[in-house]
Amino acid sequence: MENGSKETVFVVENLHASVEGKEILKGVDLTVRRGEVHALMGPNGSGKSTLANTIMGHPKYQVTQGRILYKGEDVTHLSPDKRARMGIFLAFQYPIGVPGVVMGNFLRASLKARRQEDVPVREFRKLLDETLDLLKMDHEFVRRYVNEGFSGGEKKRAEVLQMALLRPELAVLDETDSGLDIDALKTVAEGINAIRGPELGVLLITHYQRILNYVKPDVVHVLYQGRIIKTGGPELSLELERQGYDSIIKEFAPAAAGAMGEGA
Amino acid sequence: MAGVQELVSEGTYKYGWSDKDFKPINVTKKGLSRAVVEEISAMKGEPQWMRDFRLKAYHHWEERPMPSGFWGGNIQNYDLDFNDIFYYVKPVKEQGRTWDEVPAEIKRTFEKLGIPQAERKFLSGVEAQYDSEVVYHKVREDLSKLGVIFTDTDSAVRDHPDLVRQYFGTIIPPNDNKFASLNSSVWSGGSFIYVPPGVKVPMPLQAYFRINTENMGQFERTLIIADEGSDVHYVEGCTAPTYSSDSLHSAVVEIVVKRGAHVRYTTIQNWSDNVFNLVTKRMAVYGEAVGEWIDGNLGSKLTMKYPSTFLMEPGAHGEILSLAMAGPGQHQDAGGKCIHAAPHTTSVINSKSISRGGGRTSYRGQLKVYPGAKGVKSTVRCDALILDEESRSDTYPLMEIDEQDVTIGHEASVSKLGDEQLFYLMSRGVSEADAAKMIVNGFVEPIVKELPMEYAVELNRLIELQMEGAVG
Repeated sequence: MENGSKETVFVVENLHASVEGKEILKGVDLTVRRGEVHALMGPNGSGKSTLANTIMGHPKYQVTQGRILYKGEDVTHLSPDKRARMGIFLAFQYPIGVPGVVMGNFLRASLKARRQEDVPVREFRKLLDETLDLLKMDHEFVRRYVNEGFSGGEKKRAEVLQMALLRPELAVLDETDSGLDIDALKTVAEGINAIRGPELGVLLITHYQRILNYVKPDVVHVLYQGRIIKTGGPELSLELERQGYDSIIKEFAPAAAGAMGEGA
Repeated sequence: MAGVQELVSEGTYKYGWSDKDFKPINVTKKGLSRAVVEEISAMKGEPQWMRDFRLKAYHHWEERPMPSGFWGGNIQNYDLDFNDIFYYVKPVKEQGRTWDEVPAEIKRTFEKLGIPQAERKFLSGVEAQYDSEVVYHKVREDLSKLGVIFTDTDSAVRDHPDLVRQYFGTIIPPNDNKFASLNSSVWSGGSFIYVPPGVKVPMPLQAYFRINTENMGQFERTLIIADEGSDVHYVEGCTAPTYSSDSLHSAVVEIVVKRGAHVRYTTIQNWSDNVFNLVTKRMAVYGEAVGEWIDGNLGSKLTMKYPSTFLMEPGAHGEILSLAMAGPGQHQDAGGKCIHAAPHTTSVINSKSISRGGGRTSYRGQLKVYPGAKGVKSTVRCDALILDEESRSDTYPLMEIDEQDVTIGHEASVSKLGDEQLFYLMSRGVSEADAAKMIVNGFVEPIVKELPMEYAVELNRLIELQMEGAVG
């Protein structure tokens, strides 16, 4: 691969993170270059969502060791809004409802924050209409309250809509495919592909191979017990689809045991 | 003398200045007595019946004990001294017909509050009360020609005695409660509105109440009569200087909504946090008529206010939207009452409260259905939002349903400003303070959207002002 020539946008170094005193991430290393899509897979409870939330700076997750670098800058201890303004984006697995806050107003406030300058109404309207069309979304959608009474598919589409508007340089998609029927999945995948480009790095967290048929990854990682235990090309996800995680975990466990033995 | 006291720190309260140059024309001595009541009546040159009404009410005030927490926030927990209050402060010799006739320092106050500007832009009529008296009032000429009366209640007693006498004190009798007795004995100012049958007042009528004098009690008395098939929207706003000692505001508002009429009464109460706000408001709604209270309480030290709707004939509909926000040292004890005295009457109570910085909000409501009031439908919904650990919110819904054939809904929720909501909004680049404002504004949106645009903007601005420094 000619990855070496592309600019690194995002690096996670030996990241340890805890929730309420319990360590979930136990030394994650990850490098994403511009234009790359990395798939992060792993069984339930391996720490996938913890990694996503830690990257975005959720106050519940404490980084105890290691660091997060974005465009060469250490963002490990920055507030979520600062990270977002720099161009980090998280598509939530379970987007929360905010009653009374109109989607359109929220989107405009977000875009203003991201650009750090006013966004004229006309320009915003145009951009919004185009993006809604791209994602095959009803224009009435933006009059509704943020994630309130949205169906599962609408919530996920709304996340992709926000990503498309905010133009991040690193997008973390936390199980954006979960809970979608095949048509909704295709629409969401098309949306992601439309935004994909040479500037954007993507970390696509998923449980299933299914979405990777539509959004082709460059690199696939397997996260297990808070560590990345295997990294490979697109073929790795197909292997997982066929064989499940067991064989990879078995492969990893003796190595880990061996390493521990050496250290002792 | 009063009116020249030093300001204490304004904080984020924008209206906390006082007019230090202001010299009242006439002031009763501090404290309340039969002599003070008689003096007020004499200064106003009132007819005998009103003088008798006041003295009877004063007798009730003396007889009745302070409310002790059965209903309302517990006034006895405060050191409010009723003998340390000026009960009547006359600001001007004569009311102005134009703003130019209003003394400069008083006019300046109302200009700072934006009243003349609002009058020009979007109102059908304006009244401005400064301490005890209305200093300016005006109603659009075309409405006067249609027979609409909008004046201060003192002038109404003089100019429309039959109309006033027919209704005054009939909706809220002078012995209704301790503070209704107080108001009935020392009342001054307030609005009198009469809308003739079928007349629809196109834009709101607004009254603005300003307390300037320290240790002052403001006791305006408002009476609104909407004749059959008429329509009127009345809006009141209120502010006061921030003083280190307490002031008292104790109003009585009586409203008659006749068959097929529609009255909406909107309050944006923003007293400084040294003001006790103890108000009785009630409307009687007749057949097929609609009575609505939109009650926003942002200021004051203690507010006790439960706008009431008496549904008197079939088809009457009552609606109460109540919004309260309590900051440091504040207790907003607010809510509403719907009394179904006739079959096939309907009501909605929707209350939203926000407490922060150690403030306390209480929803206190009463829903009463009389025996035989079949087919009554009512929904009560109260939501509280608590912004931090120090703050508090309680709900006291009282239901007295003496009829089987009714449909009653009641829902209540208490939520804390959620970390997950904050994180979600912040993850899109919005700062923590802005995210908190967004969540709070979203929370009150169902009430704010009922306001005319100008007031909605104002209310959102006031909430944001209150939120300054609340988070982050």
